[in-house]
Formats: sequence, structure tokens, C-alpha cells
Amino acid sequence: MDPKTYKFDTLSLHAGYQPSKNAGSRQVPIYQTTSYMFDDVDHAAALFNLERGGHIYSRMSNPTVQVLEERVCALEGGTAALATASGMSAIFLTIMTLCNAGDHMVVSSQLYGGTVNLFRLTLPKFGIKTTFVKPRDTEGFKKAIQPNTKGIFGELVGNPGNELMNMPEVSNIAKEAGIPLIIDSTYQTPYLCRPFEHGADLVVHSLTKWMSGNGSSMAGILVEGGTFDWMQNDKFPTMTEPYEGYHGLSFAEEFGPTAFTMMARAEGMRDMGPCLAPQNAWNILHGLETLSLRMEKHCSNALKMVEYLSNHESVAWVSHASAPGHPDKELAEKILPKGTGSMIAFGIKGGKEAGAAFINNVKLASHLANVGDARTLVIHPASATHSQMDEATLKFAGLSHDMIRLSVGLEDFEDIVNDFEDGFRAAKKPRLVANK
Amino acid sequence: MKFKVRGIDTFASTGGRPFDKNKPLIIFVHGSGLSHMVWVLQTRYFAFRGYSVLAVDLPGHGLSSGESLKTIEEMGDWVGDVIGAVGCKEASLVGHSQGCLVTMECVAQHPEKIKTLTLMGGASAIPMNPELLQLAEESNPKAVDLMMDFAHGPAGHFGGHPVPGLYHLNVGSMIVQNKEIKDTLGVDFRACDNYKNGPEIAKKLDLPTLSILGAQDRMCRLKDGKILADYIKGSEVKIIEDCGHMMLLEEADQTLEILKKFIAEHYPLPN
Repeated sequence: MDPKTYKFDTLSLHAGYQPSKNAGSRQVPIYQTTSYMFDDVDHAAALFNLERGGHIYSRMSNPTVQVLEERVCALEGGTAALATASGMSAIFLTIMTLCNAGDHMVVSSQLYGGTVNLFRLTLPKFGIKTTFVKPRDTEGFKKAIQPNTKGIFGELVGNPGNELMNMPEVSNIAKEAGIPLIIDSTYQTPYLCRPFEHGADLVVHSLTKWMSGNGSSMAGILVEGGTFDWMQNDKFPTMTEPYEGYHGLSFAEEFGPTAFTMMARAEGMRDMGPCLAPQNAWNILHGLETLSLRMEKHCSNALKMVEYLSNHESVAWVSHASAPGHPDKELAEKILPKGTGSMIAFGIKGGKEAGAAFINNVKLASHLANVGDARTLVIHPASATHSQMDEATLKFAGLSHDMIRLSVGLEDFEDIVNDFEDGFRAAKKPRLVANK
Repeated sequence: MKFKVRGIDTFASTGGRPFDKNKPLIIFVHGSGLSHMVWVLQTRYFAFRGYSVLAVDLPGHGLSSGESLKTIEEMGDWVGDVIGAVGCKEASLVGHSQGCLVTMECVAQHPEKIKTLTLMGGASAIPMNPELLQLAEESNPKAVDLMMDFAHGPAGHFGGHPVPGLYHLNVGSMIVQNKEIKDTLGVDFRACDNYKNGPEIAKKLDLPTLSILGAQDRMCRLKDGKILADYIKGSEVKIIEDCGHMMLLEEADQTLEILKKFIAEHYPLPN
């Protein structure tokens, strides 16, 4: 006897939506509205006081966005989810729900540059400080924890250097300290890894990337695993003590495995308002329908690219967890058995100048500040996505000036290679070819 | 809030309002392996409308201490003791699934204390599938997966939670897995399987009673819910279409509306 609950591919097409409750519409409707009619004054009061579920105002929730939230939640194996205007707003909302002024976070040093800046420069304005730890330094995470530490945050596969954080071991450290582990799983999507199965408590995504795959829309999401016991210690009073904003409600007591998301929506969306537009939610939903198919091709193309780059005379080094000799290969095989993703970092011989020539002379690969598009993307992180970091921070984050970040797309592999050959030819003679 | 019942620390959600023993009391009793958290879309409404509410965690469940009670008869008696433990003399009871058996037993053992009875997803007997029972007693998580599958109708399997962003199947699963499965779900399933007094007790009930049934309930099937309602003299029956066993969450609004009308008619606030 086995449960007949729907599996991953079915959920990516159906979760969160019932046509019978939406005029039979097979596709998810776009509820392009700001607000929702109340039945009467009593109904309005009940909605505002979280006595019953439903929509009030699209800053807090929207029926189209709700489908996306439930769908991602189902795919991740979570209890609750909250979609936001971007991945960065999902991270900010998560930290602002978790922390108060005077609190501290332990954070992996290898992150998207915007996330580094959030922890390094912006959160201190709110009295929240961070200790950065190199992703492979598992013991370092333990040593960095202070009495006022409220969580550990990291990308499983760090951007852009592709170093892995040992999520199961760091999870044990977080559990021992009574704090949640938050994983930015944008690079993996739930197709490659479901972090809750490896000890994460909260997951964030930029849905702008592989989850949509079409490069059309910004979106982010916070997903709760329902695994963390907020009442195990006195570190999280905003979750466990009566909250004045809802007449003395204790989120942990009333909502248990969904308490964090309920708090993030009730307080964070109410007060900060980084809501996702329904049209954008719909665009992301379209992408999710083909998540498995796309991720398979992304990964198979990436494997071929790793082999091609590893054997190329113009390439000094390649970093991808599938690459021979990669320090995290064994860990990757354990927690990313379906593939290690389509992000590759490589060093080009000739350094920064050669890198610029390469990027300026590829035509199929797009030079832009995004990853996870269906199309192949390239960028020079030190002069773009991570350019606001000083030399010391760049070094600590594992970035070098010869590094090119490659997001492998779904094109025919031979066409990507032909394009790269043009780039490498130009890189050999950067002064002669110059910029296109 | 925490209080003592038979000397054991007991937790009950008061729906977000301080408990007041002078207000009419409604006690909500959860189903097998679950906790007070399943009632949040009913309890807060009544708590903010003049009632005192206790969504109890049975011993050993949720935030209550102690060991799980092993028979429905013991659980029914325990619910009767809760009323006195909080300084009240009477209450209305609302039960879900196993909680229906428990609340019926409570009425049978403490008839003078109970004013109305609401049964959600109930049946006069809940015999367990032997394989499911064994899995639960072995703390096998598959028991929870099977329970979530059987317990939910379309809203659970496809989605559409009344609270935006929540996903039915995984919320229910995590509530159950909050404790060792064999110590809560395993004990509860065995208690349900052993309980045979339902039909006889139901025939003797003599108080305003409401049955709320899900048309697509696969845990306590609609026909079994109707049979139970037929046993109970004058029982009201309300059937929710396209709904499984978890009507209190899957169709929380409809469930609340039905309950509101019943409580207003049979257990009104004093003038």
C-alpha cells in the first residue's frame, strides 16, 4: 500500500490550482486586482484578524500568486510559502522576520554579490551584524555562532565560485545551537535538491532564474519546511510571545509548522510590501510547468561544457562540482544526485583583458546580469555582479579577475561551442580583435 | 494556555484571547495524531466573538505533556475533566474524526456538562486498515503519508488552501510528525480500532447535535457519517461537496459558517 499523492512532475503542472473553483479555466487566471470584496463587516474583521483565510489586498496575497506559492511549496516539500517581488526581497523579508536590532547572522561568504552587500552593508543599518564564513569551512560556521546569532544562511552552491556548503553538517551545527538554517537554493531548484530533506529549515529562491527559465519576470519566494521548533528556546520572542499587531497572537503557538511564513506575511508584507505582481507570478508558473525537462537539458549541456572547457588550451581552470578533482565532487554526488546544475566558473588564460575580449566576441551567449535563463549567459563577475565588493572581499569570496561565470542554456551544444571558439580566438589576441 | 488536568501539564489554544471562565466555553478535540493547530480557522473566530475557546492538545500530543491515553473511553473522560480543570461547569464540544468518538464518549460519561455536540468527519466506528495501523505503531513515516493521502480531498491533493501560501498535505504531515509517530498516531489508531461503543452511545445521545460531512471523505466515508447521524436523535447533517476528511481546513469557511449558525441557535451568548 503506497500513498497516491502526486509526484514531482505532476505537481509542477497542477499543484495549487483547481479549475473547478475558477470557472473551469484550465490555465491559471491572472487576478489583476488590488483588493477583494468582503461579504460583510464581520467577514472583513475576521480576515483582518487572521480568524479565517482569504484575500484582503494584493500586497498581502493574490489568488494568482497563491497558486505559485503552493506550487513551489509542494515541489520543495514545504508547509508554506510566500512569494515576493524578487529573490533579494525574499532574503530581506526572511532576515527581517527572523532578526531584531542587535542580532547576528552567520553567513557563507560565497554568495551573489547583492546578497553579500545586503549582509555586509545594509543590514548593519538595522542593527543586524554578520560574520562571514567560507562555505567549505564547516567548523567555521560553528565557531562563528554567538549568543545573539539567529540563523545560518548560505547558498548550497556558492555564486560564482561553485564551492559547496556541507548542508547536512551545517544543519547539525544549527540544530545544536537552536537556530534555523536558511538555504538560497536558486541554483538547484527543487528538481536538483530539496534542502528540507538535508536539514534546512527555510529555503529562499530567486524565481527569476531556472524556476521560470524564460528571463521575463522578476520574482522570489520564501518556503518554510515546518521543521523548526521556535519554542525550543527564548531566541525568537517575536515568534513565540504575544504580538501586539494581532491582539496578542503567538504565531508559533497558533500556526506551528507555518508560523514563520504567517509572521512574514502578516508583518513583513503588511509593513514592507515587496509583493509579487500577478502577471509575473503567471509568467513564472508557465516556466515551472517544464522545470524537469529544462533542468535535465541544462545539466546535460553543462556536463558537456565542463569536459569541453577542461580540455581547452585557453582555459586555466574550471569549477563545477562534476569536474574531475573538484574538492566538493563527493558531497555533490551525495546531495545533488540528479546533477550539479548549469553554472560553471572558469578562468581564462590571459586574465581580465582576455576575459573581456572573450565576452565581447561571443554572439550566441548573452552578456548580461542574470543566470538560469533558457539561453546561455556569460559575465565577468569582478567587473559586474560583484563589482561593488572591494579587493579583500572579492578574495575572501573566492573571486579572481580571470573568472568568467557561465550559465549554460538549452541551445544545441555544438552551437554553444562554436560561439565559444570565436570568443577564445579573440581572447588570444585581445589587442588585435578589440571590442566588437 | 497551559493548565493542569489530573496533575499533568495540558496545553490548549484559547484562540488568541485570554481565557475567561465566565464566558460560554467551546472545546475543540482534534483527530488522531494531530493537535490544536488544525482548529485555527474556527477557534479564533469564536474567541473574538464572546466565547471562551479551548482547542486542547490531548495528553502526549502537541504541546501537552504526559503519555497518550490508550482508549477512547479514557479520552472522553479526560475531556470531561478539562471543563472542571479550567473552572467551568459546562461546555459545547466540537470533535473531528477520532475527536468525534472522544466527544461522544464525553457526553455519555458527563451528560450534565455538555450542551451541544458537533461532529466533523465522524463515524460510529473507525476500524483501521491493518497495514496502516502497523506502520503507525512502528513509527514509519509512510503511515503519515498514507494518512495525508486518505484524509484530503481535491483541495489537499491539488491545492487551494484557505490561507494563502499554505500547502495542506505538508502542513498536516508536519503536525503529526511533531511527535514520535508511534506514541501519538500509533496509540490513537489503535484506540480507534478497538472502540466498539459508538453505535450504542450515539443512539442514547440527547442533546443538539450537528454532523458536518465531506462528500469525498475517504477516512470516514460519507455513508458511515450518515449512519452515525441517523443513530443520533434529531441530529442535523450538513454535507460539504468536493471535500475530504479535513473539512475544517480544506473548506474552512463553509465549516465555520455551518458551525456559527448551529452554535448561535443552540448555544447562544447570554443577552
